[in-house]
Amino acid sequence: MKRSNIKSLLFIATLLLAFTAKLHSAGGEAEPLKVDWSFKGITGKFDRASLQRGFQVYKEVCSSCHSMQYLSYRNLGEPGGPEFSEQEVKAIAASVEIVDGPDEQGEMFTRPGRPADKFKSPYSNVKASIAANGGAYPPDMSVLVKARPGGSNYIYSVLMGYEDPPEGVSLDDGVYYNKYMIGNKIKMASPLTEDIVEYSDGTQATVDQMSRDVTTFLTWAAEPELEERHSTGVKVIIYLILLTTLVYLSMKKIWSRVDTEV
Amino acid sequence: MSDHEYTPKSKAGKWFNDRLPLLTLGAHLTDYPTPKNLNYWWTFGGILTFCLLTQIITGIVLAMHYVAHADLAFASVEHIMRDVNYGWLIRYIHSNGASMFFLAVYIHIFRSLFYGSYKSPREVIWIIGLLIYLLMMAAAFMGYVLPWGQMSFWGATVITNLFSAIPLVGESITTWLWGAYSVDNPTLNRFFSLHYLIPFLILGLVVLHIWALHVPGNNNPVGIDIKKPSKDTVPFHPYITIKDTFALLMFMIIFAGFVFFSPNVLGHSDNYIPANPLVTPAHIVPEWYLLPFYAILRSVPDKLGGVILMFGAIFILFVLPWLDTSKVRSAVFRPIYRQFYWIFVLDVLMLGYMGAMPAEGIYLVLARVGTIYYFAHFIIVMPVVGLLEKTDPIPMSISEPVLSGGADPALARKDNEKI
Repeated sequence: MKRSNIKSLLFIATLLLAFTAKLHSAGGEAEPLKVDWSFKGITGKFDRASLQRGFQVYKEVCSSCHSMQYLSYRNLGEPGGPEFSEQEVKAIAASVEIVDGPDEQGEMFTRPGRPADKFKSPYSNVKASIAANGGAYPPDMSVLVKARPGGSNYIYSVLMGYEDPPEGVSLDDGVYYNKYMIGNKIKMASPLTEDIVEYSDGTQATVDQMSRDVTTFLTWAAEPELEERHSTGVKVIIYLILLTTLVYLSMKKIWSRVDTEV
Repeated sequence: MSDHEYTPKSKAGKWFNDRLPLLTLGAHLTDYPTPKNLNYWWTFGGILTFCLLTQIITGIVLAMHYVAHADLAFASVEHIMRDVNYGWLIRYIHSNGASMFFLAVYIHIFRSLFYGSYKSPREVIWIIGLLIYLLMMAAAFMGYVLPWGQMSFWGATVITNLFSAIPLVGESITTWLWGAYSVDNPTLNRFFSLHYLIPFLILGLVVLHIWALHVPGNNNPVGIDIKKPSKDTVPFHPYITIKDTFALLMFMIIFAGFVFFSPNVLGHSDNYIPANPLVTPAHIVPEWYLLPFYAILRSVPDKLGGVILMFGAIFILFVLPWLDTSKVRSAVFRPIYRQFYWIFVLDVLMLGYMGAMPAEGIYLVLARVGTIYYFAHFIIVMPVVGLLEKTDPIPMSISEPVLSGGADPALARKDNEKI
């Protein structure tokens, strides 16, 4: 087959696939908003101040229903995260009561949290969380960003997507309309309202600002290795390119002894 | 095979080599005469060996921290990602490594299909390769189950349920596979055990694959038999080793790109939701490398029929050396087959795409067309084209691939003698 024939065949196939893909994506929910996150791209890093504000939003708003069971308080002070100081981490941990034990008498007891403790969950088990939330499970937020197609953009969009239902859409009690939520129905009431938290750094707590901050925090929670991954990756790829160049030159030299091109 | 006898230089070496000829083996591997015209599609054998060893090494480390229990598996993976030193790196290499392994194996297989490397006298190499491919799919499927996310659980449910299509004993076999009455903790445990076993079986088959290769020697882009060693060959070391290293490094750059900059793009986000037997995901899709077979499975309205066709799609490859009636190996000299080859490539890509889409409407229609064509390619196209096609003139040797004014064997032989 002539090369041009193959190319046109490939082109037609691509068009066909693109067309069917478009047909497929025609659901009821809107395309998520696109945000130019600081952690995007191969050198992306988290905005430290945004992570700290995001933690505040999580702590004061989200954490009353959503657990984050795979994180420890010590993570908040680790490099690449919100990087709270050692004192701040200790204070954050100490602000919760942790059930520990059994002690020598076989009794369970409570004590103030320590940095090594995992984040305290708002409910003692999943069933309790479902019962307290009108039959809907508030998902654990540790890897929530990785568990949704669209990731950070999707989470941000859902927080921004509450509006009145369009005409003809009837909602049961305790169900809310959300432009971006898969299926457009969500059992969580709009969690953020203007100034629901008071930022200590003086940033105006608009819904948009809080949504950005808490999404940044949740992205870090899901991928605490992101900054290290990016910086290591850049070094690894530079190293590989240099090594590849050296090996290429050696290969050319070695193969120059025979009459075949490599 | 090189004919020369190898004698170690040192006395100790000779003593050892007389008892276990490892040094002779080393000399054979170093001198192994390789066609000098191999192109970069021939570098994927080395790349695949690298992939296998990477999976084994990262896998052994992951197994030190992973807990194969339905209640703890998901949390132990998060423990690896968060608390184990460089655990995130090891796990991302392992999970993306599976995809890179399949990417390389598909290139390797399609190279073989284009240049006729499965044909006599290399049928056994081809069949061992297919056994490796089958084991790879089993290992990858079971590995995907281990994190015990939603796709793990439901993927395992769908695939193991396939066996229930077997008449009479299907249900019992499925229960036996599960070790329970549904996919549950016993299933996870045995999948972990087998997932650890299979790579070593693959390693054994790889040794046989290379052994079988070293009997007739490599095929080459021209597809003709060559005299070894001769003007047409180069010693494996340093010529092929350096070239394979160069290709491997290029491959590693792409690999690193996935691991460091988009480690989850090839996976499914649902697998970061812990397994829940009570909630079925909207679309259950396997990993990308199994999608063409998934499309074939779903294109048949009957469950047993779908299962038979899906396995048939793989097993038909085992008889390919006998379905292909053409004496000419390389598609370079087969103008008709070459066109069908590219249509077949597009057909497999399309099936892969349909496997990712819901089985309804236009997708189902296209999947059915693709399935029929897949089998037609092997059952009709390969035998018929091989018999009817007028192939292009074939050169007499690699050193003289192009002959002005078509092939004149006498002329070619004359030219050959001059070299």
